[in-house]
Amino acid sequence: MSAKILEKQQLSENVFKLVLDAPKIAKKRKAGQFVVLRIHEQGERIPLTIADADPAKGTLTIIFQVVGKSTAHLSELKAGDSLLDLVGPMGQPTHVEKIGTVVCVGGGVGVAPVYPITQAMKNAGNHVISIIGARCKDLIIMEDEMKAVSDEIIVTTDDGSYGYHGFVSQALEEKYLMTGDRKIDMVVAIGPVPMMRALCDVTKKYNVPTVVSLNSIMVDATGMCGACRVTVGGKTRFVCVDGPEFDGHQVDFKELIDRQRIYLDQEKQCYDHYCTCRQQGKGA
Amino acid sequence: MEMKERLKIPRQPMPEQDPQVRKRNFDEVPLGYTPEFAKAEALRCIQCKKPECVEGCPVEVDIPGFIALIAEGKFIEAARKIKQTNALPAVCGRVCPQEVQCEIRCVRGKKAEPVAIGRLERFVADYERAAGEVSIPKIENKTGKKIAVVGSGPSGLTVAGDLVQMGHDVTIFEALHAAGGVLVYGIPEFRLPKAIVAAEVDYLKKLGVKIETSNVIGKVATVDELFAEGYDAVFLGTGAGLPSFMNIPGENLNGVYSANEYLTRSNLMKAYRFPEYDTPIVRGRNVAVIGGGNVAMDSARTAMRLGADHVYLVYRRSRQEMPARIEEIHHAEEEGIELHLLTNPIRYIGNGKGWVTGIECLQMELGEPDDSGRRRPVPIKGSEFIKDVDTVVVAIGAGSNPLVQSTTPGLDTNKWNYIIADEETGQTSREGVFAGGDIVTGAATVILAMGAGRKAARAMHKYVMSK
Repeated sequence: MSAKILEKQQLSENVFKLVLDAPKIAKKRKAGQFVVLRIHEQGERIPLTIADADPAKGTLTIIFQVVGKSTAHLSELKAGDSLLDLVGPMGQPTHVEKIGTVVCVGGGVGVAPVYPITQAMKNAGNHVISIIGARCKDLIIMEDEMKAVSDEIIVTTDDGSYGYHGFVSQALEEKYLMTGDRKIDMVVAIGPVPMMRALCDVTKKYNVPTVVSLNSIMVDATGMCGACRVTVGGKTRFVCVDGPEFDGHQVDFKELIDRQRIYLDQEKQCYDHYCTCRQQGKGA
Repeated sequence: MEMKERLKIPRQPMPEQDPQVRKRNFDEVPLGYTPEFAKAEALRCIQCKKPECVEGCPVEVDIPGFIALIAEGKFIEAARKIKQTNALPAVCGRVCPQEVQCEIRCVRGKKAEPVAIGRLERFVADYERAAGEVSIPKIENKTGKKIAVVGSGPSGLTVAGDLVQMGHDVTIFEALHAAGGVLVYGIPEFRLPKAIVAAEVDYLKKLGVKIETSNVIGKVATVDELFAEGYDAVFLGTGAGLPSFMNIPGENLNGVYSANEYLTRSNLMKAYRFPEYDTPIVRGRNVAVIGGGNVAMDSARTAMRLGADHVYLVYRRSRQEMPARIEEIHHAEEEGIELHLLTNPIRYIGNGKGWVTGIECLQMELGEPDDSGRRRPVPIKGSEFIKDVDTVVVAIGAGSNPLVQSTTPGLDTNKWNYIIADEETGQTSREGVFAGGDIVTGAATVILAMGAGRKAARAMHKYVMSK
């Protein structure tokens, strides 16, 4: 089915938010699930985690960072335009229950997918601590939204331009795990793979269960192709249907990083071509 | 023409693209009969009183009937004759294994070669489409019954086509963005042009079938929710869409694909036209394809067309046991695919940066027959060898996708998670729910799925009309 863009907002230099008219998916989706969209007939199938939904209005919010041709093209669409295809909700929902204190960690654009999980954890009655981080102040997104669904929040920047100076993993260790002031029952982390890996290294040391949401390369996202396969606890799992969330202490992050690099050359070729065409005003 | 003269006509050859040319393009390999070829071939049919060929056809096409019309030059009428029992003749004429179905039963085959039924079917379907004279039968009596069909592959399209012609209101739900199932994501352009699938799907739409693409049943709606929405019966034709891997070391290295992924990228996403299309694919120079079925042949021939220097087809049994159609093996060999028979991969070797660079194999020999009746391949000790490859496509079969089964309480499945359905009716353990095709039988052929769809359609009609 196609989906109309109702609203568009730029959240930071390269991060955009789209509100889509998608009543069927909005009604069904649960925290942690994603959609797959296609912009045009020659386009890729792009998986994106659902950042928010309003079942009453029938809207779905997606937030994405421009990393290549397809996301660049997506960022150029305007309110009133339509996506050619939108399918979902895909993947398993987050397992949400009251377990005590939950730390929700979002790195970069990863704050967007961690937001609905934070909200669900809060609604389930947990004490929710949020840690959101980015390279610098300008790249921090959704601070107010995260604040509204958290009991405590820490904002980190790699360059110290805002909040805690350092990585999210350092903030978690220094402020909570090392002090032992409050027992952390669970950590949920979404962000770039190196960030999730560093965070899992820390929480493993303190034996804190950690869930990560993986964004591997996908094609159909219905379990049909296996492009997204990842090794978890020595077993091959499909991120699209078995995930996207897994026990972070069991994930083979090295393999995941390698697999995310399969098409780097083609992606660059495609993006460069697109950018050149844009400059020449030809369209791609 | 006298029977004696008719018996003298040789089986008409199928004009084909030259192997050296076609191995580097994605255009269709067989070019199709001309009207002259078709008429000559049709005259070879001796119009048996008790045609055995029809018994060999899972959807019981009136084979002598349509062939007689071709002999008279009535090509459009011949196409319509087929369409009385087969909604997808252009597809079936291309991908059906006629040599083990209708043509193997042809009496002409006993002394000479059988009538080329498949080529004739293809000819009239193409002729009708090219002439723009595709007729849309008028559907007289609307029943007011709503039918949901889950999956738009061969079984789903057949069920939908049959039921809409019986006057029901039919909606197909397809998970992907294009209708056709394996016909669009699996079978390559050079064997089944996607424009032909689109035309056959379009024909169903003209008959009144509604097609909702990008709708994953089991996710956006469950089977129970379809009933709650007012559907009177549901057909599940979700296919065998779960790729099998061998679980050997190195299978997750970059450059190692499941056949489903490799073919989906190339066919559905048109990665062979990258960067005109955005979806990329690894264009390997030395490609190993693991398996001996039609999907393995499709993968190997796709790899060759993507520019490979060498494509090795690695199969653990001998040529005799290969499940692929003989014609496909023949085409593959003509195009330079190198068969490594009685060879089994045991691990993939990486370059330390996550990319596959080699495949280690064992030589096999045939032992005693196994459960399938085929002689079991047994490893020869100490026969390990390594071949340099930069791409691997694992084409060793597919399992059942659990999305629908896991969200439909009371739907019985077997130990492989295929849906249990009555062979004659497609009836499942859930009232009003029918199933057919690969999701019941495991990965099989297009025409068998269509046959199951035909039977299920009859049973579903009976079911909704008695409600």
